[in-house]
Amino acid sequence: MADDARDPKEPTGDAEVAQTHPGGDLDRPVEAAGFESLIEAKTGLGEMLAPVAGFGVTFSAMFRPTITEQYPFERVPTKPRFHGRHQLNRYADGLEKCIGCELCAWACPADAIYVEGASNSPEAQFSPGERYGRVYQINYLRCIFCGLCIEACPTRALTMTNEFELAGPTREGLIWEKQDLLAPMPVGALAAPHPMAPGATDTDYYRGEVTGTAEEQIDWVREFRPDDPTLPGAATATTAPAEQGRTR
Amino acid sequence: MTITTPKQAGGGVAPSNLVTFQIDELEVSVPKGTLVIRAAEQVGIQIPRFCDHPLLEPAGACRQCLVDVSMPDREGNLRPMPKPQASCTLTVAPGMVVKTQRTSAMADKAQHGVMELLLINHPLDCPVCDKGGECPLQNQAMSNGRSTSRFVDIKRTYPKPISISTEILLDRERCVLCQRCTRFQEQIAGDPFIALQDRGARSQIGLFSADVLGFGGDVPAGPAALDESGRPFASYFSGNTIQICPVGALTNASYRFRSRPFDLVSTPGIGEHDSCGSAIRIDHRRGAVLRRMAGDDASVNEEWITDKDRFAFTWQSAPDRIATPLVRDETTGQLRSASWAEALDVAAAGLAAATTAGGGHGVGVLPGGRLTLEDSYAYAKFARAVLGTNDVDQRVRPHSAEEDAFLGHAVAGRTVGGAGSVTFTDLEQAPTVLLVALEAEEEAGVTYLRLRKGVLAGRTAVFSVAPLASRGLDRISGTLVAAAPGTEPEVLDAITGSAPLGQLRTVADGLTTAGSVILVGERLAAVPGGFTAVLRLAERTGARLAWIPRRAGERGGVETGALPGLLPGGRPVSDARARVDVAAAWDVPSLPTTAGRTTTEILRAARKGKLSALVVGGVELADLPDPAKAVRAIEKVGFVVSLEVRASAVTELADVVLPVAPPTEKAGTYLNWEGRPRPFPQALASTALADHRALDALAAAMGAELGLRTITAVHAEIDQLGAWDGARIDAPVESAAEPTELAPGQAVLASWHLLLDAGRLQDGERFLAGTAKRTVARTSAATATAAGLTDGELVRVSSAHGSVTVRLAVTAMPDLVVWLPTNAPDCAVRTSLRADAGDVVQLAPADPAGDDVVSTDSAGSDNNDEVSA
Repeated sequence: MADDARDPKEPTGDAEVAQTHPGGDLDRPVEAAGFESLIEAKTGLGEMLAPVAGFGVTFSAMFRPTITEQYPFERVPTKPRFHGRHQLNRYADGLEKCIGCELCAWACPADAIYVEGASNSPEAQFSPGERYGRVYQINYLRCIFCGLCIEACPTRALTMTNEFELAGPTREGLIWEKQDLLAPMPVGALAAPHPMAPGATDTDYYRGEVTGTAEEQIDWVREFRPDDPTLPGAATATTAPAEQGRTR
Repeated sequence: MTITTPKQAGGGVAPSNLVTFQIDELEVSVPKGTLVIRAAEQVGIQIPRFCDHPLLEPAGACRQCLVDVSMPDREGNLRPMPKPQASCTLTVAPGMVVKTQRTSAMADKAQHGVMELLLINHPLDCPVCDKGGECPLQNQAMSNGRSTSRFVDIKRTYPKPISISTEILLDRERCVLCQRCTRFQEQIAGDPFIALQDRGARSQIGLFSADVLGFGGDVPAGPAALDESGRPFASYFSGNTIQICPVGALTNASYRFRSRPFDLVSTPGIGEHDSCGSAIRIDHRRGAVLRRMAGDDASVNEEWITDKDRFAFTWQSAPDRIATPLVRDETTGQLRSASWAEALDVAAAGLAAATTAGGGHGVGVLPGGRLTLEDSYAYAKFARAVLGTNDVDQRVRPHSAEEDAFLGHAVAGRTVGGAGSVTFTDLEQAPTVLLVALEAEEEAGVTYLRLRKGVLAGRTAVFSVAPLASRGLDRISGTLVAAAPGTEPEVLDAITGSAPLGQLRTVADGLTTAGSVILVGERLAAVPGGFTAVLRLAERTGARLAWIPRRAGERGGVETGALPGLLPGGRPVSDARARVDVAAAWDVPSLPTTAGRTTTEILRAARKGKLSALVVGGVELADLPDPAKAVRAIEKVGFVVSLEVRASAVTELADVVLPVAPPTEKAGTYLNWEGRPRPFPQALASTALADHRALDALAAAMGAELGLRTITAVHAEIDQLGAWDGARIDAPVESAAEPTELAPGQAVLASWHLLLDAGRLQDGERFLAGTAKRTVARTSAATATAAGLTDGELVRVSSAHGSVTVRLAVTAMPDLVVWLPTNAPDCAVRTSLRADAGDVVQLAPADPAGDDVVSTDSAGSDNNDEVSA
């Protein structure tokens, strides 16, 4: 090529400076090609307007609808499957779905979740079945909102909301505890702990066959926690313990 | 590829005993009789299995390990077996060709099929199951099972967990009927408290209950065989079934739903509850121990540990842990928190003034028997080099001068591998084992399992010199050589080759067989002439002798000099050369020459004002032969420094309390009864100091250099001292005491500690406490009749100091003897009666109107085991 005038091996007048490098010459590529634009150069009027042609984008944007969100003055809903902060769900009668199995903690690549399980007892039944999550913490300084935890959850207890406003002034405040994460009470539900719906198994709960609070559960809470705030609102809904629901 | 197993025949198997066969196209040579599944393991081929366990007999129960096998026929033509074979029950044969799931589609399909059948009734419980994450069924269902289930029908269900004991829960839905648990209980522990019941699809593991199985007349006799929760056949080894269960069928009540394996950090450890030095694994999370598992150490505990080693760990984090140094306030007289600097200064000033050099009467040192080697060495050195006294004694139990001589003569220096030493393997191989004052199951659980292994293999015959045959002795087919407390020397002396044909002659002949062993318990110290007679017997028969104390630190204390007559390395204090030796190593001008006092003598001297101060380690006063006198001694003595983990009777009375670390929070070494060092690392991060470090700081505050600040420094110093090659202490010569005359209604007390009792190291573990044996008193039928007692009724056993009231179980045993557990929750013999084995007590039917249905002395609840300091 024309401008590749100097042979790298040619003496430059100072022999010591000319160093060869295993990968080739140090200061220039072995085969330096000249720049040649693939865009055809404008001619005529085009060439004349070229310096202001860029403003065309600016002017045309002025007539398009604006997409800037005036957050925080205007809040635009996120996409429905946006990965926001987590929520621990409840069954229709108010029992917690979380069984404290720690699979979410296991799945978490950022080690943001800490769970301790405990045993349900007749006196304190928090979730259907034998086990419930006694301690549940998510550290939002660590969480990367990947959603592996909600995929791991075997009871669909853990889901993600669309809420994303999670900034806070302290580190402690960003560790969310179980009471912060628990979903609000469904209408007519009764705060845990209380017994499972009469005749229902944990499988019935899982299959969605418990659709409301039973009279027996309300009676139980009335007996043991008469001033529970959820008690007045707990409307009796018919519970349908599946007769065939003995399979696991 | 040729594989040999050197461990089976100790360095190579003769080629004639090798069988060569093919597995997955690999040529393998293994010793004759090897199972195919083991041979596959040796070449790194993993065959899935549930029921197979290397330490249990093959069962072929789960059928998961099916492989495709071809055998050569008579003409040598290879003929495939028509069906897949269970590789866990199939021994290798020459020319056999085995194809596992790796090379045979048939084997793979068979395994998939078995897995599918096993999972049919297995609940989808994994998220709530404690085994989840470390479950062989979970893992092998992934590696050798179908990825989707074809099963659409209704699963068989059972009520969720039933409790087999307070400690163990059984979830029958999860069980795959591999029978590892029942086989363990039958073959290893000998407590078949669970069994396979029913037939076909309803087969299930269940409690060994009379309703289901019908005992065939073998109904447990009276309250004696029941545990605290009233169940028959509670086992001291039941925790092992949880660990070997390949599914989550057996789980532990105290660990239930506590954590997942990925939460846990595992640190190897050593059991601190007995002198066996069992390897354990400590699983902890965020600075709290959640569970302990058996470690795997073929030379010591194999893969088994006692329930006490497994479950009793909560004492180390009990709420009464001492967090900061405490100093008694001069104005209020109450203990108050202090800085380490202040506490050390106060302690140093008090001790310096109390030493003879400082113008006092001297200081006594009671380190307690649960120390690590490093800690007890520090106590021994601190006493001699800093306090200038030989008054140091680790024994917190009945002891005697005869025992001092015995330990110095026959125990010190006999570490593993040395001449005359006895190991676990020796026990298993010994033709005859004689237990003297040792209830192996209660006082050394893992040792008991080894004895049982030898017995079941038909190699070992066990004899026990004891007042009664316990259920433990029955289960090792042991023979009782009946001896009332105090008459042991007489019985031992009668074991001669010239004895008339009979039991004693059998024992004598057995002991003369090469490899026979005499195991002596610490309780023999309470019998005058006992150790003398044992040494005579060992000499007469040529049997080897091993001493098995109960506490983890006592064997180490013999080597480190935590006894009044011994310097480190078993050097006699009386030997001038030994003293010079040690003084040179310690860089002190000289060591005290006067013989030291024993624990009882130290306490007596303290009571009489002949000692000015005491340094007390992990000592539980209620464990001492006379707790009341011990309390008085601590009260009387001018100055007490206590190094303790938890608040105790001593810390309440102490002037300065220095908090020290429990075993999980320090590194150290136990010496087990074999004399085998059992080092363990620190499991939990902690600011607590080990005893040796606290003593080093205390010495520094007194202006002396102990040089034991780090564990490396302690080891370097012990290594530098080395073993003692000089003469040992002379053998004890003590004659047996004359038997006491008994008035009507009187009996001689026999007693030993049960494994699970009111010991402080079992505090805070209610599930474990529920599996303890029920408290009973035992007498012979004749004694019961003479004293007007009825079997199963309450009996009042009393001494001049108090009484206990417990149920009576009439037992075959010598007349005029009554047995009581030493420290059961409702029967603390030393506190209530101030009596011990060999003492005379009064028997009477309990007054039904009396209010003493349980023990009269409530102070007995925190008896027994002192906290390791």
